[in-house]
Amino acid sequence: MAIFSVFVVNKAGGLIYQLDSYAPRAEAEKTFSYPLDLLLKLHDERVLVAFGQRDGIRVGHAVLAINGVDVSGKYTADGKEVLEYLGNPANYPVSIRFGRPRLTSNEKLMLASMFHSLFAIGSQLSPEQGSSGIEMLETDTFKLHCFQTLTGIKFVVLADPRQAGIDSLLRKIYEIYSDFALKNPFYSLEMPIRYVIPLPRFWSKPPCSPSLCVFPQCHFEV
Amino acid sequence: MSRQANRGTESKKMSSELFTLTYGALVTQLCKDYENDEDVNKQLDKMGYNIGVRLIEDFLARSNVGRCHDFRETADVIAKVAFKMYLGITPSITNWSPAGDEFSLILENNPLVDFVELPDNHSSLIYSNLLCGVLRGALEMIRKLRYTANA
Repeated sequence: MAIFSVFVVNKAGGLIYQLDSYAPRAEAEKTFSYPLDLLLKLHDERVLVAFGQRDGIRVGHAVLAINGVDVSGKYTADGKEVLEYLGNPANYPVSIRFGRPRLTSNEKLMLASMFHSLFAIGSQLSPEQGSSGIEMLETDTFKLHCFQTLTGIKFVVLADPRQAGIDSLLRKIYEIYSDFALKNPFYSLEMPIRYVIPLPRFWSKPPCSPSLCVFPQCHFEV
Repeated sequence: MSRQANRGTESKKMSSELFTLTYGALVTQLCKDYENDEDVNKQLDKMGYNIGVRLIEDFLARSNVGRCHDFRETADVIAKVAFKMYLGITPSITNWSPAGDEFSLILENNPLVDFVELPDNHSSLIYSNLLCGVLRGALEMIRKLRYTANA
């Protein structure tokens, strides 16, 4: 998928809409016997691999599932505490899935506000008056494109570095925002957008599952 | 009513009579509810303001105008682009104040007032006050200073 994420940030720097559509991340599932030869640590409410990188399991990967049951934070979906469960030899052999941890919605909110502040700093650093602010942030794995409207709303798209046409995509998203969010009289300005959006035609399939979206009430329908 | 995302940029052709009649019904209902012309004017301005704060984004998304450099340019954009886009008319810009910070927009063929005759007992009613509110709301949204485009 060439477009990885879309963020919409309001004037105050709060995230009002977010959509992720990553390609499946590299995940590794392996069966282990007691004792576990990886060192797991609890960090930031997640169980991460601290030591013992091998076979596709890298340091920094989080425990995503145990025996097929998804893990959220430090508890599994059935309410067991992960580190306690893995410390008990009676539970082995156990199949654990590791992978790069996904950002939680709070983290996304924080990152959006941070980007808003960086954007403001960027404009103030400008030697000329009336700078457009940060338009693009480039890394080797993605390019972040940002478009700020005259009213202060920012549309941020993370895309593949080779993807072209993101400028017109940003303008198109602005049009869609002005149509479906603003023309809904029950939508309050600057608030998170919780709305069912008919899928734009230029995406051939729904970009993501609803569980990845920050605002679960907002989902795409074809 | 929602539009398709791949609709393109031409606007739907629609009967302007329905629009004129809807606005007329709105104003007469407000007059019945408030009974006082000043209150009706205030309500129309408030409603116009709420419309304006949303309409400005639609305008900017569709018209692609950049930031105006001075007030005269703003007046031109309002009269020639915005009014044309939404009401299909081009008001004339007159009566510039000596300081260049005030001007008048004269609407010759205002579609809101087609077939309308104000009776004598509503002499202080500003019938098209909604438009004033729209302008106020729209311009306020882009006037606000932000860190980003600050001097």
